[in-house]
Amino acid sequence: METFFQQMINGLSLGSIYALIALGYTMVYGIIKLINFAHGDIYMVGAFIGYTMIHSFGMGFFPALLTAMALSALLGVLIERIAYKPLRHATRIAVLITAIGVSYLLQNGMLYFYGAEVRSFPQVVDNTLFEVAGLQVSRIQLLIFATTLVLMVLLQFIVQKTKMGKAMRAVSTDSSAAQLMGINVDNVISFTFFLGSALAGAAGVLVGLYYNTIDPMMGVAPGLKAFVAAVLGGIGFIPGAVLGGFTIGIVETLVSAYGNSMIRDAVVYGILILILIIRPAGILGKHVKEKV
Amino acid sequence: MKKTLLLGVAALSLFAAGCGAGSGAGDEDTIQLGAMFEKTGPVSAYGTAESNGVKLAIKEINEAGGILDKQIELTEYDTKSDNVEATSIATRLATEDNVVAIVGPATSGAVQAATQPITRAEVPLITPSGTADNLTLTESGDVQPFVFRTSFQDSFQGVALANFAMDSLGAKKAVIIGDSSSDYAVGLTNAFKDTYEGEIVAEEYFTQDDTDFSAILTKIQNQDFDFIYLPAYYEQAGLILKQAREMGLDQPVLGGDGFSNQALLDLAGTENVSDVYYSAHFSLENEDEQVQTFIDNYTAEYDTAPDAFSALAYDAVYLVAQAIEDGGEATPEAITDALESITDFDGVTGTFSIDENHNPVKSTLIIELQDGKETSTQEIQP
Amino acid sequence: MKLINKTTIGWLVVAIAGFLVLQLAVTTGIISAYYEITLVTILINIILAVGLNLIIGFSGQFSLGHAGFMAIGAYTAGIITKYFPTYTGLFLGILAGVILTSIVALIVGIPTLRLKGDYLAIATLGVAEIIRIVIVNMQSVTNGAAGLSGIPYLSKWPLIYVFTVLTILLVANYTQSSPGRATIAIREDEIAAESMGVNTTKYKTIAFILGAATAAIGGALHASYFSVIRPGDFTFNKSVDVLIIVVFGGIGSITGSVVAAILLGFLNVFLQPFGALRMIIYALALIGIMIFKPSGLLGNKEFTVSGLLRLFNRKSAQGEG
Repeated sequence: METFFQQMINGLSLGSIYALIALGYTMVYGIIKLINFAHGDIYMVGAFIGYTMIHSFGMGFFPALLTAMALSALLGVLIERIAYKPLRHATRIAVLITAIGVSYLLQNGMLYFYGAEVRSFPQVVDNTLFEVAGLQVSRIQLLIFATTLVLMVLLQFIVQKTKMGKAMRAVSTDSSAAQLMGINVDNVISFTFFLGSALAGAAGVLVGLYYNTIDPMMGVAPGLKAFVAAVLGGIGFIPGAVLGGFTIGIVETLVSAYGNSMIRDAVVYGILILILIIRPAGILGKHVKEKV
Repeated sequence: MKKTLLLGVAALSLFAAGCGAGSGAGDEDTIQLGAMFEKTGPVSAYGTAESNGVKLAIKEINEAGGILDKQIELTEYDTKSDNVEATSIATRLATEDNVVAIVGPATSGAVQAATQPITRAEVPLITPSGTADNLTLTESGDVQPFVFRTSFQDSFQGVALANFAMDSLGAKKAVIIGDSSSDYAVGLTNAFKDTYEGEIVAEEYFTQDDTDFSAILTKIQNQDFDFIYLPAYYEQAGLILKQAREMGLDQPVLGGDGFSNQALLDLAGTENVSDVYYSAHFSLENEDEQVQTFIDNYTAEYDTAPDAFSALAYDAVYLVAQAIEDGGEATPEAITDALESITDFDGVTGTFSIDENHNPVKSTLIIELQDGKETSTQEIQP
Repeated sequence: MKLINKTTIGWLVVAIAGFLVLQLAVTTGIISAYYEITLVTILINIILAVGLNLIIGFSGQFSLGHAGFMAIGAYTAGIITKYFPTYTGLFLGILAGVILTSIVALIVGIPTLRLKGDYLAIATLGVAEIIRIVIVNMQSVTNGAAGLSGIPYLSKWPLIYVFTVLTILLVANYTQSSPGRATIAIREDEIAAESMGVNTTKYKTIAFILGAATAAIGGALHASYFSVIRPGDFTFNKSVDVLIIVVFGGIGSITGSVVAAILLGFLNVFLQPFGALRMIIYALALIGIMIFKPSGLLGNKEFTVSGLLRLFNRKSAQGEG
C-alpha cells in the first residue's frame, strides 16, 4: 500500500509538469483554435534562459525564473506577431504548419547556438527529501506541484474575473463579434500568448531544476504529451489542462509500476482515443452543438 | 498559371544548382575524406561529438604536414538522424564527392542505411560507434567488404559486463533497467541476458524521451537484488543514477560505454556516482601521453572534455591515415586493403588490430567510480 | 467510374513521356546513383502525399497518422520479402501490407472519423504512436527497436515510378467518380451533404482507407528500396513531413502535391551541404512560404494539360498582338 501511495506521488509530480505545459497549450487553443506546436519549444527556450541566467549571470533561482518567464513571454508574443498574425484568415492547417516551422526553427536554432549535448542545470535550490509516513517527497516536487495549482487558480481568476479575461472569453466565443464590440482582438491574442509563453518558460526552468537536464530537443516529447493532456481534459478549459496532466502522469506511472513499462505510451494514447470517442470534447469540455 | 511556369523554372534552376554542387571532385594535391554524422535530430549529441573528434584529428594531421605530403580535405554532411538521408548522403559522398573513405555515422541504423551505397561504390566506411554485431556482416554471415568500425560490438561488451558481475562483484541477483528505444541498449541487454547465469529479478524499460524514472525505481525498491544493469546512454543513465541514489537505492550499477561522458557526472551529481562500474574504450585518467595530448587538444578546441564518441571518431580518422600510409596511396581500394591488414594500431581508445570481420580486437576497461572519481580500472581482454 | 477517357489518356502520355525522359537521363548518367535516391525519395513522397491529400484535401479529415500506416506497409512487405526474396514475394508483401493497413484503417476509422478537425488529428496521431509501440514490442517478428535490415533490394526506381503513376491515377479517378464527388461534398459542408442523402461516415471511411492503403504502398516500396527499416523511421515527424508536402502543394490539389514533393526534394539536395544550418533555413522557408502563400503553391487548383494549352494559346495571341 505504501508503494502505491508513493507511486501516486510520483504520478502527481510527473502530472504537474504535463499540466504546467498543458495550461499554455489550452489557452492558446481556446482563443485562436491553434495547436501551437511551438509551445513545447518555448518551454525548452525558457529552460535555456533560466540556465544562462543562473550559469552565466550568477542569478538566484527566483530572479532567473522571472527573467525566463518574461523573456519567454516576449518570445511568444514575437512569434505570434511575426508568424501567426499574418495568417489570421488562412486555413487552420496553414497556421499549424507555420507553428511546426517555428518549432523546427527554435529547436535547430538552439541546437546551432548551444550545441546538441545535454547540460546539467545548476542546482540552486536545495533538493531536500521529506519523509512523511514512509513516503518520500522532495522540495522541488512540492514546488512544482504548488506552482501548477497556484497558476491554475491565478489563470482561472484572470480569465473569469478580470476585464482582459472577459475579452479573452469573448474572442474565444466569437472573435468577429468581439471586434464589433470594441475589443482589440489582436491585443487579446497577444496577451494570451504572453501568458501562455510565460507559463511555458516557468515550466522549463522548474523542470530543468527538477530533473537536472536540459537540451534543445527537450520540448518535443513533453510538448506532445502536454498537448494530449490538454485534449484529454478538454482543450480550451483551464481546469481541464490540469486534470488531463494529472491523469496522464498518474496513468503513466501506474502502467510502469503495475504493468509493462514498454507499453506505457500506448496505454496513454489508447485512453486518449477512448475518451475522445466517448466524450469527443474531452473530460471537462462542453459539447458544442453544430449549427446548420 | 504564370506562377506555375515560374515554379518550373525555379525547380530547374534548383536542379542545376544541385548538380553543380555535386560535381566538386578533389584535385590531386589533397585527400578527400568524407564524414556523415547525426548533427541534428534526436541523436545529435553523439553525432556532434564524433564530428568534433574527426575535425580535431584532421586539423592535427594537416598541421603536421598531412599524409603522404597531402592535406586532408573534409566533406561533411548532416544526416538529420534520418536513415533515408543517411543513404542519400552516403551515395553523395561516395559517388559525387569522390571521397576516398567515409567516417561515420554514429548509430547502427544509419550505418546499415549507408552500407548498400558505399558497397556499390566500393568506398570504405569506418563507423566510430555503430555497435550492432551484424553491422560488419552480410545477411549470409560473410564480412561486409567495406564496413569497418573502431568500437567494440554489443555482444563483446554485454558478455564482458555479465562476466564482471559474476566474477568480480559476485552478484547473484540482477535488475535490468534498459532503454527500449535504442538498438545499442537492446543489443547490450540481449548479450547480457545470454551470458549472465544469476537470477534476473526484474526487467524494466524506458525510452530516450524519458526524464522521470521514479515509477520504475519505486517498483524495484522493494525487490531484493544485488546490482542494477543499466544499458543506456549517459543522458538517461545520469538521471537514473541521480533518482535511484536519492531514493536510497545504493546497489552497484553496471553499464556500458554509453556512460563514458562527463555529463554522466554532471547529470547525476558526483555524490550520487558511487559503486558505478562501466566498460569503456578509454579513461580520462589515463596517463598515456597520447591520450593526454588528445584530451588537452580537444579541451582547447571545444572547451569541453572529450567523451568516448569523440575519441572513437578521432581514432577512426587516424586509422584511415594509417591505412593511407600503409597502402601508399589515397584511393578507396588501397585504403580498404590496408584497413583489413592493420595490426597494433595505437589509438587513444587502445591499441588494436582489425580482425577478419572488420572489428577492432581490443580490450575493454571496466572503470569503477566512487564519488564521481575513477578509483580502479580492470582490463578485460577480448 | 470511367477509367478510359481523354484526360486519363492525356495524363498517361505525360506519365510515359516522363518515364522515358527519366530512363534516358539514368542511362546517360545525368541522373547518377545519388540523384536516383533523390528521385526515389521524391516518388515515394508523392505516393504518400497524394494519399494523405485524399484524406485531408478531398474528404476534409485531418489525419496526423500517416506514418503509422506507412510503417505497417513497410514492415509487412519487409518481413514477407525477407522470406520470399522474389518479385512475387514483393508484390505479395505489398498486397498483404495494403490489406492489413486497410483493416487497421477500417477499425480505427469507424469510431474516430466521427471526431471533428483537431480531435481527429490527435486521435490519428495516437493511433500512429500505438502502431509504432506495437512494432517495437513485437521483438520476435519485427526485431524491435533495432529494426529490419537486409530486406532484398527489389523495387528499383522504374517499379516505384509505375506505382507512383498508379497511385495518382487511382486517387485522381476516385475524386472524379461519384463516390469521390460525394466525398468532396462532405469536405465542403458535411451537414448539407448529409441532408442530401450522402452517407458521410461511409465516404469518409472509404477515403481514409484508400489514403492509408497508399501509405502502405509507399512504406512497402520504401522498405524494399532502402533495405533498412526501423520503428524510429515512422515517428510523428514523418507524418509531419508528408503533411508539409500536402499543405505546401495546396490542400486538395493532386498536382500540387506532386510539384511540392519535387520542389522539396530538390530543396533538400540543395541544402545538404549547409550542415546544421540546413534545418534552420528549412524552418525559415516553411514559415515564409506559409505567410506569403498560405493556400499552398496551387491552392486547390489542378495543373492540367488543357490549362497549359490555353496558357500557350493566350501567350501566342499576346505575342501576335
